[in-house]
Amino acid sequence: MEDTIAAISTGMTSPGGISIIRISGSQAVFVADSVFQAKKKHRLSSVPSHTVHYGTVCRDGQVIDEALAVVMRAPNSYTREDVVEINCHGGMFVTKKVLEAVLSAGARLAEPGEFTKRAFLNGRIDLSQAEAVMDLIQAKNDYALKASISQLSGRLSEKIREIRICLLDHVAYIEAALDDPEHISLENYVHKLEADVDNIVNNVHNLLKNVENGRIMREGIRTVILGKTNAGKSSLLNMLAGQERAIVTDVEGTTRDVLEEQVNLGGVTLRLMDTAGIRNTEDSVEKIGVERAKKYAQDAELIIFVADSSRPLDNDDYAVMELLAGKKVIVLFNKSDLKTVADRNVLAEKIRQIAGQECRIIDISAKKQTGLDALQENINDLFFDGEISADEEIYITDLRHKELLQEALDSLNLVKDGISCGMSEDFLTIDLMAAYEKLGFIIGESVEEDLADQIFSKFCMGK
Amino acid sequence: MPNICETYDVVVVGAGHAGCEAALAAARLGMETICFTVSCESIAMMPCNPNIGGSSKGHLVREVDALGGEMGKNIDATFIQSKMLNRSKGPAVHSLRAQADKSEYSRRMRKVLENTEHLLVRQAEVTELIVADGRIQGVKTLSGAVYYARAVVLCTGVYLKAKCIHGDVSYETGPNGLQAANHLTKSLIENGIEVRRFKTGTPARVDKRSIDFDKMTEQFGDEHIVPFSFSTDPESIQKDQVSCWLTYTNEETHRIIRENLDRSPLYAGVIHGTGPRYCPSIEDKVVRFADKDRHQVFVEPEGLYTNEMYLGGMSSSMPEDVQFAMYRTVPGLENVKIVRNAYAIEYDCISAVQLRPSLEFKKIAGLFAAGQFNGSSGYEEAAAQGIIAGINAARLVQGKEPLVLDRSEAYIGVLIDDLVTKESFEPYRMMTSRAEYRLLLRQDNADLRLTKYGYEAGLVSEARMNEVRRKEQQIREEIERVKTVNIGTGSSVQELMRRYGSAELVTGATLAELVKRPELSYEALEPVDPERPQLRADVAEQVNINLKYEGYIERQIRQVEHFKKLESKLIPEELDYMKISGLRKEAMQKLDKFKPGSIGQASRVSGVSPADISVLMVYMEQLKNSRRQE
Repeated sequence: MEDTIAAISTGMTSPGGISIIRISGSQAVFVADSVFQAKKKHRLSSVPSHTVHYGTVCRDGQVIDEALAVVMRAPNSYTREDVVEINCHGGMFVTKKVLEAVLSAGARLAEPGEFTKRAFLNGRIDLSQAEAVMDLIQAKNDYALKASISQLSGRLSEKIREIRICLLDHVAYIEAALDDPEHISLENYVHKLEADVDNIVNNVHNLLKNVENGRIMREGIRTVILGKTNAGKSSLLNMLAGQERAIVTDVEGTTRDVLEEQVNLGGVTLRLMDTAGIRNTEDSVEKIGVERAKKYAQDAELIIFVADSSRPLDNDDYAVMELLAGKKVIVLFNKSDLKTVADRNVLAEKIRQIAGQECRIIDISAKKQTGLDALQENINDLFFDGEISADEEIYITDLRHKELLQEALDSLNLVKDGISCGMSEDFLTIDLMAAYEKLGFIIGESVEEDLADQIFSKFCMGK
Repeated sequence: MPNICETYDVVVVGAGHAGCEAALAAARLGMETICFTVSCESIAMMPCNPNIGGSSKGHLVREVDALGGEMGKNIDATFIQSKMLNRSKGPAVHSLRAQADKSEYSRRMRKVLENTEHLLVRQAEVTELIVADGRIQGVKTLSGAVYYARAVVLCTGVYLKAKCIHGDVSYETGPNGLQAANHLTKSLIENGIEVRRFKTGTPARVDKRSIDFDKMTEQFGDEHIVPFSFSTDPESIQKDQVSCWLTYTNEETHRIIRENLDRSPLYAGVIHGTGPRYCPSIEDKVVRFADKDRHQVFVEPEGLYTNEMYLGGMSSSMPEDVQFAMYRTVPGLENVKIVRNAYAIEYDCISAVQLRPSLEFKKIAGLFAAGQFNGSSGYEEAAAQGIIAGINAARLVQGKEPLVLDRSEAYIGVLIDDLVTKESFEPYRMMTSRAEYRLLLRQDNADLRLTKYGYEAGLVSEARMNEVRRKEQQIREEIERVKTVNIGTGSSVQELMRRYGSAELVTGATLAELVKRPELSYEALEPVDPERPQLRADVAEQVNINLKYEGYIERQIRQVEHFKKLESKLIPEELDYMKISGLRKEAMQKLDKFKPGSIGQASRVSGVSPADISVLMVYMEQLKNSRRQE
């Protein structure tokens, strides 16, 4: 790891603003010096750490861009190596030119995640932070990004560390008492232990509850749009896809062979299933077949039912309603710009009858692009209890963390079982230690035998 | 001047608890063995507490016994009181402790040594190691005599440059006024061995006739005595026992100690060696546990033929007059007469991180070390290392792989692994908390765990091995049976449930399910189990424990599997830690110094963090990858 690496560290897709080229390694300052000319003619190798310098980036005597160079010397940098960050004016073309200049000056193009890898290997961040960075790199939307940042800043680590300290205190006390009964008494100790374990169980429980939110935020909500022919599914889709910040990608469903499209709605990703069907044929439920519609409805986490307010309800609508039972549903009363023919009270009543649930009905006009705010609000209500404040909560975005938390919770419950069975303290420490270890795996404070494999698979996924 | 020059297979230096086990093991494995002692009268001497065993130490004795050692048999033959400690806790922390008749203990062990084939006890002070080409050649004694050997085991205890201190008085002697060994240290250092200085201490011995026992609580032995050795018939050792006595220090005692702290050599800076935290002197306790208004004092007999009593819990290095003053504040000791003063003893020893897990020096092939010389404390810890060093010295001569027990197999494994991987800055004492897998490492199953190793090494007879195999089979069969016997809901069953305050059965249950109930046991269910075979008590005990704590045992076994995975990730000896740039400096240096054999061992080296281990694993993975690509 002696070589010096460089890469564009701002997102390639970020429109305008500033782009940053990060250079890290023992030769970072040297490399930067050979492409960067400070206005005041000084060399970066002679400046103190953590200073900003104004100048130009040149290659073969030609000025590429005006830029600011930030010099951070080891070990006080993200990677704990010498780091220079060149802030240039952005625009993909110019940014790439600057990077090329840096590479031609002796740096190697960083592999995906390599800065983080160095930060981790150099002890700058712990494992959970490294993994959060991985999430950060692949975060698909704002909320997941914020969750990653809160994990990155060590909030999860902090929480887990707190719990582990408490567990260790108990184990240490019990062990000390077993070895030195003369000075340390275990009389009535178990009550104190029980109270703390209850408390920890609650804490871990809450962390686990956030796992689901974390997943939804990172992976998006599996959504299906249902409605009869010409209800406006296609125009809704276009309206959603036309959102300014939408990331629209066609993902070939690997297991179900379903075309999936991702749209971003106010920070939450919707994964729309079978959008090709909607676009191409504007199928009615009959046409795509009730069985298929049923299957989508079953798989979906959210059903958006598009009803046409300009036509009376009919059997096609009722057929759709049957699929809504037990699901999170948002009903869009489309074509609100036209004269309302179908009665929304009747619609609500019918859904209550057929699907057995209350639904909120939102007026929307795909044509006039109105009603999206209300849709977004409803989604937040449905999935995040209306509290989607990513920067306040600790979200668990990693499946491995979820499993470890669950295992820790299981061990803690065994401690409680042990207490209620009247097991002596020397048994309780077995499960206390197990919980302690499991939590340690999350923040890399316990040694895991397949850790290297895990890290490598993370670093090599090509992010 | 012509000097004596003899050749042996194995030389053992010292005949304390480590030396005895080492010499016996080597000789019993057919090695021509010579065992040096500064005094033949001090073989297996107990210069401190008059008991064997106790919390976690009892485990060690049983393990030594299962491997074919002598300590268990010796205490079974010479104890005067016996007690199973911690009975109110789980079986993992039950621990056997016996009061010894000190002189009988020593006399019997001497007899065993003197009558063991291939073994010679020799009174002489070893002063020099003979080393050539990184390999031990033999030793030299004070007289200049040379004893060549293929393997040498150092068990010098507390005798190297020993210095006994109380108050401002100090003697350059070993314990009980025995001659110190003042020359060997120099030779060790010349051969590149790093030497350090530790201290330990012992309380006063007092005249029984000067004690008022009415002011103390009598401590009896167990009604039914459990032997240490698996080969001792329990019925053969039931006998009348001698009592110990319990009394307490008080505020007055503590005041005297506090007021005289400046006269304590420990606090006045006269003693430089590091003492044990876990066996502190009374002045240490008063300082460290300042909030305690009293400390226990156990008054224990030193033997049947002496009036000397040991004041357990009040070891000290205070001046003589302070000792008198403080002892006489304790109820029952108001008029006490001291026979031997309490004193602290300082001695040279090594940091055992210079040793491999086989207890052989990394730098000097054929040189082994065991006991207090390795920085441990306690008779049992010494014996445990002694037998392993003795076995491995013999195996080295035989050209066999050493016997290494791991942390999941034995307290001995924990003890040696701790000593050789963790730098300890005080005398190391065994504790149950040091054993991560203690539920599996119980004193009651030491035979089932370890007899096979003693047998394979050649210290345990075929007959005893078969006995253990038979026991294993009986346990297995009975557990299987009990798991299939459905007990029904008959009136006798319900009656039994009521008698034990257990919920009555609604539907039938298997016996195994009922054993798990906290208020019931395998034994309790006998009346409703007509098919039960006649089983020995130790077999029934195993059946009960294995059924009752099945869930816990299974979870612990899973933890062991995780541990074994890390142990099995071997680190090539030639790995250059200095090249692994991700490692912190401290970790780099520590790992380079210790050269751990596996990732598991590396993770226990003090100063190495889990993050370092991650880096190490990542590095080894990279190494593997790049080798694969080559």
